[in-house]
Amino acid sequence: MFHSETGVFKTSYAADMALLPLPVARWAVLGIALFFLFVVPLVFSAYLLTLLNLVLIAVVGAIGLDILTGYTGQISIGHGGFMSVGAYTAANLIVRLGVPFWLAIPAGGLMAALIGIIVGIPSLRIKGIYLAIATLASQFIIAWLINHVTWISGGIEASIQVPPPSVFGWKLQTPQQLYFFLSFFAVLAIVAALNLMRSRIGRAFIAIRDQDIAAEIIGINIFRYKLYAFAISSFYAGVTGVLYTYYLGIANYEQFGIDVSISYLAMIIIGGLGSVLGAVFGAAFITILPEATRLFLTHFGGALFSQDTIRTLVPNLTLILFGGLIIFFLIVEPEGLNRLWRNIRNYFRLWPFSY
Amino acid sequence: MAFACAGLAQAEDKTILIGMQCDRTGPTQVVGTSLCPGTHDYIDLINSEGGIDGWKINASEVDTAYQVPPAIEEYEHTKQQGAVGIMIYGTPQTEALNQRLEQDKIPGTSPGFGIAASGDGQYYPYLFPIAANYWSQGAAAVKFAKDQLGGSLKGKKIAYIFYDNPAGHEPLPVIEELSKVEGFQLQTFAVPPPGVDVSSQVLAIAQEYRPDFVIDHTFGKSPALIIKGLKQNGYPLTHVVALVWASGEADIMGAGGWSVAQGYNTMQFAGAGEDYPVIKEIQAMYKEEGKAPPDAMKSTVYYNRGVQQGALWVAAIKNALTLTHGQKPTPTDVKMGFEMIHDFTLGGLNAPLTITADDHEGGGWVKIFQVKGEGFAPETQWFRAYRDLIVDREHKTAQQMAKAN
Repeated sequence: MFHSETGVFKTSYAADMALLPLPVARWAVLGIALFFLFVVPLVFSAYLLTLLNLVLIAVVGAIGLDILTGYTGQISIGHGGFMSVGAYTAANLIVRLGVPFWLAIPAGGLMAALIGIIVGIPSLRIKGIYLAIATLASQFIIAWLINHVTWISGGIEASIQVPPPSVFGWKLQTPQQLYFFLSFFAVLAIVAALNLMRSRIGRAFIAIRDQDIAAEIIGINIFRYKLYAFAISSFYAGVTGVLYTYYLGIANYEQFGIDVSISYLAMIIIGGLGSVLGAVFGAAFITILPEATRLFLTHFGGALFSQDTIRTLVPNLTLILFGGLIIFFLIVEPEGLNRLWRNIRNYFRLWPFSY
Repeated sequence: MAFACAGLAQAEDKTILIGMQCDRTGPTQVVGTSLCPGTHDYIDLINSEGGIDGWKINASEVDTAYQVPPAIEEYEHTKQQGAVGIMIYGTPQTEALNQRLEQDKIPGTSPGFGIAASGDGQYYPYLFPIAANYWSQGAAAVKFAKDQLGGSLKGKKIAYIFYDNPAGHEPLPVIEELSKVEGFQLQTFAVPPPGVDVSSQVLAIAQEYRPDFVIDHTFGKSPALIIKGLKQNGYPLTHVVALVWASGEADIMGAGGWSVAQGYNTMQFAGAGEDYPVIKEIQAMYKEEGKAPPDAMKSTVYYNRGVQQGALWVAAIKNALTLTHGQKPTPTDVKMGFEMIHDFTLGGLNAPLTITADDHEGGGWVKIFQVKGEGFAPETQWFRAYRDLIVDREHKTAQQMAKAN
């Protein structure tokens, strides 16, 4: 994930297949894991943890979309819809049957995967912008169904309240407790995606993205693998929806609108299409950007503008930055934040003896 | 600037912080760009007069663009900074924050939107709708139609045109129940999001169904299109009543100006127009500072709602300070402060709002203003309708919700 070295020094298959081939990478990952496990929850304030929790939820969703769009090359503007499928499936199971979280989360994901497969069927015939419109339609159909079928939506303002998740009778409510809960699933999502992409299925996805006709010729069943991509991607989206529902304590489809689908696309574009680490970077970046702009301007904008101007400036500036950054990355660094990170890493790997 | 900074630093120890969520961007920005300046102006007015018993109010604003994640971030941020409460904006945001408010014991307000059942203070102790909810609005619209149609609705036809989202659906059960009580025929016309085309619904109403009265509960671009469409089809606008989010100046302007919308009835929970002492005071404050009043003030409907929101928080904090004898109030004190608000009219801008521990809605008062000439003219007094039915529904729904958890 962090390092790969030139030259082949491997003497066993296990070493060859290791996710982190270099000792320095293993130490770095261990260090980061320890930092996020022990230092962050103790040192960070509740507010920063809240921000981080939202990042963790976004990480799961962004990786899911990246599997479909970044790795398999199938665009989707309907991921908000899959998230609400997951959210309402879990909320109904939790409220009606009292299902615990370790069943509700996969159940939400599986239901979303099922719907994702149905939505993915047109992808076998259509590509590009046509597929984008087909997935967009699914977003609206799902929202309409939830809004109108009270059996799904529960009735009151189409939202269902759910109790907080409990582990061995402990209710997870504070930002700190939720941080551990969410980071468990975020790590699971990252590790699963990294491994998936090294497997036969992941390689097939990449082959389809690069040239689907060639992929078919070398024996990849396009029908099956495109649907796999939709299923896995929507599973991630469904899980994101359930995590979000647990996080808020309420399932509400209005929280998974078209703007959410678009901002997840922005995450993977800015992070770098077709890389798990890029999706993580993008999720963090897009979630933190508005808050960072706001904090920066409210603290330092006073020297230039009046309070009144700042109030009207901040929200609009966030939007301008958001749009500007997407254009910037598309032109200057199409491979996104992940590429920037690799450039920095490569520079320091040879430093101070760069040639 | 340096002076201002020094002044702020000194005042910091006697400041009461309120979190404030706005949407100056996003789908409902037409509301936020006028409402939020209203709240700030009222709070500035109080601060310029020396604050409340020497305590200055700081409303820390953040733009949520009508999205939920920024609303949560902002809530946690202001909570950490020691805010005594939070002004929420938006129905999904209210629902998302409700559990946190209860858990953290911090009061939040959701004027005119949010969870209708939260008028019941026993089950929603920290959520304050502080204005007529959608149920009260729907009931008031039926009452208004009844009065306009000669005191009886028996055998009459009413059309309900609504934005097809949960908020649009909310008044429907009340209106349906009333159609049985009052014996009128009801037909519904849904406007699917994003609500930029209403032509088929308007045609169906004006040409086919030909109702005696139309109740319009739409948001965004739809109200203007509905006014324009009904006008073009020759339906009398005096027989249309719009609920509170289809009742702004922007809707009239979007329809083509005052002359087009003559006779259109708008429902308000804060008075429209500029003829209120508090608005004059704010104008005087701007004059004293040598500045022109903000443009937002011209959009009186939303601006005045902002002023009302600010005024209710100030009133609650004032009450809380009497409880604490001038010490810094806790969020719970402010919650009790809200529940002590009694007959609060703000010089006619408000209905006689009375908030109690049971009734967080404040009575469910509304007032109808009709478009006459170049502005809104009051058509009724402050009134409420079928109150028993609404309160009963609030209790039942709140109990259901409590049981579900």
